[in-house]
Amino acid sequence: MDDTQRQRSEWSWWYLLFLVQFIAVLWPPFYNTAEPYWIGIPFFYWYQLLWVLIGAVLTAVIYLATEK
Amino acid sequence: MQDVNWVALAIFVLLFAFITWLGFAAARWRKGDLDLLHEWGLGGRRFGTVVTWFLVGGDAYTAYTFIAVPALAFGAGAVAFFAVPYTIVIYPILFLVFPRLWYVCHKRGYITAGDFVRGRFGNRWLALAIAITGIVATMPYIALQLVGIQVVIGALGISGTGLAADLPLIIAFAVLAAFTYSSGLRAPASIAIVKDILIYLTAFAAIIVIPIELGGFARIFSAVPAQKLLLPVPGPHTTGAYGSYATLALGSALALFLYPHTLTGILSASSGAVVRRNAALLPGYSFMLGLLALLGFFALAAGLKGLPEFAAGFKQFGNNFAVPALLLHGFPSWFVGIAFAAIGIGALVPAAIMSIAAANLYTRNIHREFINKNPTARQEAQMAKWVSLIVKVGALVFILFVPTQFAIQLQLLGGIWIIQTLPAVLLGAYTRWFNSWALLVGWALGSYAGTAMAVQVHLTPTFPLTFGGYTFPGYTAFYTVILNLVVALVLTPLFNAISARKVAPDETLAADYQA
Repeated sequence: MDDTQRQRSEWSWWYLLFLVQFIAVLWPPFYNTAEPYWIGIPFFYWYQLLWVLIGAVLTAVIYLATEK
Repeated sequence: MQDVNWVALAIFVLLFAFITWLGFAAARWRKGDLDLLHEWGLGGRRFGTVVTWFLVGGDAYTAYTFIAVPALAFGAGAVAFFAVPYTIVIYPILFLVFPRLWYVCHKRGYITAGDFVRGRFGNRWLALAIAITGIVATMPYIALQLVGIQVVIGALGISGTGLAADLPLIIAFAVLAAFTYSSGLRAPASIAIVKDILIYLTAFAAIIVIPIELGGFARIFSAVPAQKLLLPVPGPHTTGAYGSYATLALGSALALFLYPHTLTGILSASSGAVVRRNAALLPGYSFMLGLLALLGFFALAAGLKGLPEFAAGFKQFGNNFAVPALLLHGFPSWFVGIAFAAIGIGALVPAAIMSIAAANLYTRNIHREFINKNPTARQEAQMAKWVSLIVKVGALVFILFVPTQFAIQLQLLGGIWIIQTLPAVLLGAYTRWFNSWALLVGWALGSYAGTAMAVQVHLTPTFPLTFGGYTFPGYTAFYTVILNLVVALVLTPLFNAISARKVAPDETLAADYQA
């Protein structure tokens, strides 16, 4: 019984934030366009590169929020 | 091929000599008794956040990646960018699952995924399946690292016939084998730091200097043909390129940390928190990989394929020559030397870790389990050192005598095979609900179906699944691991009912999975 309680306490609602990046980058219709360009780079490329950074920030937020 | 580029070659050799010294000196770094397997094969589990960042980064983002992803962009266009969503979605998986695995492996003295599965499910045949899959999937991966070295050696202008042509590669490999044997995981860990600094330097210089030379990003992308610039929009009744792109990204992400070499990198960290912190820090490499993918477009815009000085290189190495040619075209010789050294050394780091990981698997889950059941600690470490040598020689022979294309195809199959260990390893970190024999049958069917499907599409990564008049092209590994899971889910209650009393005990405790 102790075990199940401890297992449950491991879950954090913060983890749901991870879903955001899955949806943002695994659904190509969101970003398969050339417009708008940014410094000459088509949207398709800079959008996904931007999500690398956002994903890292989200992970850092989750780390800080869940660290005991 | 062009003449020998002496300045670049001199710098290349100098840097290689430096990391050779470093590889041997690493034996004394964070000193431990290298006659113990966890000291030789996991660096004593003592690497902190920064070293782990370099080690796992240098291990997962291999030299071959840095050659092949831009080459794919150069040849096929936008689809190559799947490497970016791939390396975004691995980190939530790393964050959630792998600290648990780290804790249980630390507490129970596990060194491989096979050890974990053996302890968790008490089934040595399932552990054997995990070990064999790991070794078989790793071998062609090591061979591909050699392709990375071959390309840069060729691009330095070194050519010859017969044995002379292969001599630089053989020397590089002999050096690699020697320092891995003597220093274990400490060697690639220390070299990874040097290599990654060089790689970052190269990537950022290339992303800044070359677009300036080519007249800006707008001009570069306007030179990319329209059908390569974006993914083709799917027609009716199919998910088309969108489905392939997303499943390639997700499937590759699920598979990455199941590979023995990446798991070895993670298990060598000094705590589960180090693993978690790295989930937020490792995207630095993903960002660089995305930038490097763009180099394929730079090469396209620079029209390198039409230049006579690169004709021989493209003929010999195909699109894999795009990045070396671009570097030769855009940088002075001394910098080319640094960049090529970064790629060459970048091949040695993962190759070393892969051979160590394969050696750990053989030693722990095959030799100790089935051949010599009670080795001394010293015998065990010695066995692993020898196996690491055999694995490397095998990869070298493979690359010297078998066409490169064959290694690439085997590596593709390796991805399909390694993902089949997901239910036992990844889900096993959370639950032992599954019956171990059901997992074994799922593994076998997933591997068989994946191989058959890949052969049917002539060893290309995606399979056009047809269902109710709709076609869903997608990554074969992704589809077959779902099959594997379904089989394990269905067979578990069935097998449990047949042999209710014979289920082996779980030697791990719930508390083992946490700090």
